[in-house]
Amino acid sequence: MKLKLRVWRQKNNQAKGGFEVYNVEADEHMSFLEMMDVLNEELISKKKEPVAFEHDCREGICGTCNMVIDGRPHGPQKGTTVCQLHMRHYKDGDTITIEPWRVSSFPLIKDLVVDRSAYDRIIQAGGYISVNTGQAPDGNAIPIDKEVSSEAFDAATCIGCGACAAACPNGSAMLFTAAKVAHLGKLPQGKVEHKKRVQKMVGQMDKEGFGFCSNVGACEVECPKEISTENIAMLNRSYLGSMLSTND
Amino acid sequence: MTWILNLLTSSIGRKLVMSLTGLFLISFLLIHLLGNFQLLINDGGESFNTYAYFMTNNPLIKTISYGLYFFILLHAFQGLALAYTNNNRSGGKATGKYAVKTYSNGSWASKNMALLGTFILFFICIHMGDFWWKMKFGDLPMIKYDGFENEVVDLYTRVSVAFDQLWIVIVYLIGLIALCFHLIHGFGSAFQSLGLRHKKYTPLINGFGVVFSILISLGFAAIPIVHYFNN
Repeated sequence: MKLKLRVWRQKNNQAKGGFEVYNVEADEHMSFLEMMDVLNEELISKKKEPVAFEHDCREGICGTCNMVIDGRPHGPQKGTTVCQLHMRHYKDGDTITIEPWRVSSFPLIKDLVVDRSAYDRIIQAGGYISVNTGQAPDGNAIPIDKEVSSEAFDAATCIGCGACAAACPNGSAMLFTAAKVAHLGKLPQGKVEHKKRVQKMVGQMDKEGFGFCSNVGACEVECPKEISTENIAMLNRSYLGSMLSTND
Repeated sequence: MTWILNLLTSSIGRKLVMSLTGLFLISFLLIHLLGNFQLLINDGGESFNTYAYFMTNNPLIKTISYGLYFFILLHAFQGLALAYTNNNRSGGKATGKYAVKTYSNGSWASKNMALLGTFILFFICIHMGDFWWKMKFGDLPMIKYDGFENEVVDLYTRVSVAFDQLWIVIVYLIGLIALCFHLIHGFGSAFQSLGLRHKKYTPLINGFGVVFSILISLGFAAIPIVHYFNN
């Protein structure tokens, strides 16, 4: 199939960006990233600068292949990343617009690549549990309700890709922070530090300058792991509760 | 006490302020509507005017009304400040706008709360200028009813005269449509911001919110419409 791509090109954060139009020949068995590879091969063979885009695992778990495709983070398919989107969803003659995440806390590095280290710093602020290392504990030593472990697991599927903030008209990181807080805070091992973790992670999220959540709900629709905004409600309630019940 | 400041200036704390003030204003709307339904009673305004006298002279209600003015302003200006900041966080100068803006997800109202709120704020200014200001500082005629010891301001006639004019009725209807959409998102959103959400009761809250928003707007809309067609 012949496709027309409008791809955002921008040399660096300071340079002015704009769309370049490319024609590319793809086949329906390719993944979206393989189609981008074809484009880049062609650009290289013409001695042109290839399009910079991030990718790593190509199986939907690393959270790096981030592009807004026709106005939707990770493209039109629900619950998948760009690498899991296949060209069979497109037809000959289609025009596809590809843009980077546009979030002020994710400064652009080049073309489609943005710097998502703000999310890393939110994790560093408190997204961990402090335990002694040593022998792995017995799997069933701490009883956990199945419902709770399922909820924690659902939250833990967050791959930190940033689609939530990219989809949000406010550029808010609430779904990401909420997923991390819920994943750790729902389980007994993570409960110990829950209150302080919530304060630290929300504090860092605010410091990074993400927008304020206004409960639009675009994040949960675009999340490739379909994480629910129920986690945001839990974050709100945990944060308000912790501010009223910790001593500092 | 710095924790209070930390709480209220945090992202979640600011949403808490929006949520609590919003819920307070929602409860006000209900009381306001129930009181104003007396405008529909066909007694030449006696019950409405005596009610208005009570509302403007009872010390407890006077105190609450100052709280109300404060919360309206707090809700409006905090909301505008949040919207201004949010606008710069995505699609602002730093990032540019998405070329294909589908944002297909989330209701129109949820993405335009500040716009709807601004409409409502303008409407409140017109509304208060027309009635509240004239009641307090204007020289509306006084009227004396049998069995009521004081002379009361004849606000009913003022309302009636205002709703004789089609353009005022239309302004009210536009304001109420904005209010309806603002409430449809705001009602459920207030509970989400407080962290009150569960599969069991959230569908009830959201469903009730939509019904409440529509009924309250229709209730308010009935008053100018009935007056316009009666006169």
